[in-house]
Amino acid sequence: MTRTAFEAVQAARSEQKITTRALINGVVDHFFECHGDRNASDDAAVIGGIGELNGQPVTVIGIQKGQTLAQNQQCHFGCPEPEGYRKAQRLMQQADKFGRPVVTLINTPGAFPDVHAEHHGQGEAIAQCLLTGAQIKVPYLSIIVGEGGSGGALALAGGDEVWMFEDSIYSVLSPEGYASILWKDAHRVAEAAEQMRLTAQDLYEDGIIDRVVDEVNDVAKLQQLRQQIAEKITTLSALPAAERLAQRHARFRKF
Amino acid sequence: MMNNRFEAPTPEQLAQRLDKIPDDVMVRCPVCQTTFLAHDAIDKTCPECGYGLRLGARERIMMVTDQFEEIDREVTIPARFNDLQYRQKISQAKKKTQQNESVVTGFATIGRQACGLAVMDSRFIMGSLGSATGEKLTRLFEQARQRQLPVVVFTTSGGARMQEGIHSLMQMTKVSQAVSELQAAGLAYLVVLTDPTMGGVTASFAMQGDIILAEPHTMVGFAGRRVIEQTIKQTPPADFQRAETLLEHGFIDTIVPRPQLRQTLARLLTWHAGGTQ
Ligand SMILES: [Zn+2]
Repeated sequence: MTRTAFEAVQAARSEQKITTRALINGVVDHFFECHGDRNASDDAAVIGGIGELNGQPVTVIGIQKGQTLAQNQQCHFGCPEPEGYRKAQRLMQQADKFGRPVVTLINTPGAFPDVHAEHHGQGEAIAQCLLTGAQIKVPYLSIIVGEGGSGGALALAGGDEVWMFEDSIYSVLSPEGYASILWKDAHRVAEAAEQMRLTAQDLYEDGIIDRVVDEVNDVAKLQQLRQQIAEKITTLSALPAAERLAQRHARFRKF
Repeated sequence: MMNNRFEAPTPEQLAQRLDKIPDDVMVRCPVCQTTFLAHDAIDKTCPECGYGLRLGARERIMMVTDQFEEIDREVTIPARFNDLQYRQKISQAKKKTQQNESVVTGFATIGRQACGLAVMDSRFIMGSLGSATGEKLTRLFEQARQRQLPVVVFTTSGGARMQEGIHSLMQMTKVSQAVSELQAAGLAYLVVLTDPTMGGVTASFAMQGDIILAEPHTMVGFAGRRVIEQTIKQTPPADFQRAETLLEHGFIDTIVPRPQLRQTLARLLTWHAGGTQ
């Protein structure tokens, strides 16, 4: 497949991409959504809950963009507030308590940058998500399905394995930001994308992620993804908890 | 013509005299704008508002510890980051700081209490979190766990190191895991937030301490003021992302003026000596 890195960026941001909610409903049966962080509010950018995968309960947490302007105003175009990360953290801890595997589905340009978020501890909320991800003993699989923007994506990308959709990107900042910070020229975005090695294929070659999965654009691909997740969770579940956690730590220790 | 020596100088005369004093001796506080003699300032803090001027890592270590033994001094940026511009930046930073990275790590005693200690240095590429920064911090947490010692980290950072791309981001998870393992052993992790602490450092180990202290008026946040202004056209208030605001919102334990830091840390370390697991 020959396409430029910037074409990959555009594909990752495409409005045609399957929504996180549709992915969740395709991957698990009987999805039961759990709202709220039990502290302040319910962030629409983070969708989480429990469903069944091959008859076994799993916790699924996703970051979602909206499809309409109204939805995007609610979820800030897929940029979570601290309350969203605290909801995710709560659901990870709940999954750990009940021995349920965790699957995260990530599509975010990044954590929402506003005064509210800072006053409510955006940094602390992400930091605690990372800590929780390092502690839970259940199988934990992270999948970047569109944009994987910086710390806001990383918060949910600390799994035993990290996968990416074919049309997805993962980077420390947007190519626009990279060009304007390092070269003081936001127009050199295509060049920045090329240099950043942010495509799924680049990141797989560089050993940052474990697998590139097919883009989900029809029912058959959704079925295939469901099957791949189920198989991975079975493999991970076969390991003793302590060993699974040790392997997760070794995975990130090598960086 | 000589002035009467007891006559107060005119503002013009004063300005002339101030001009003759080297910049590093007269200092203007960036928080309250008071001008003061660096020589008179206790621990380089503003006599008016208590703001602590930025310190190099070694200066900080001298100020806070009784003894310090550095580890991993030689650890430096991996050769695979070979961009010429970045390599030049690294050389300049090394020359300026006499250090190989944006953090100095080692084992110290503070008021007779032994601990692992990491001090970040904002003069080294804005104290940004590079692969070697993350590696040094991770090793410190690992070794402290083996030695059954608590860890103190002084943070100051602009955030992730853009030049190292995704590898910089991975350090946030790597260090978080090391923090998690230290804490699982029942060993304390104390953080001192110093000016400024931003971005990926705030969103990882800076906000994972069992106890989090800050120096007065320290700037602490995730997204920078300019990013917020440009992205969503919102103007943050004047006290935005200051330690006092974080205290009010419940994100830090307390603010400690720099001259009291050593004693405060010594007491906290006494209460948290050794592990519980
Ligand atoms: Zn002052």
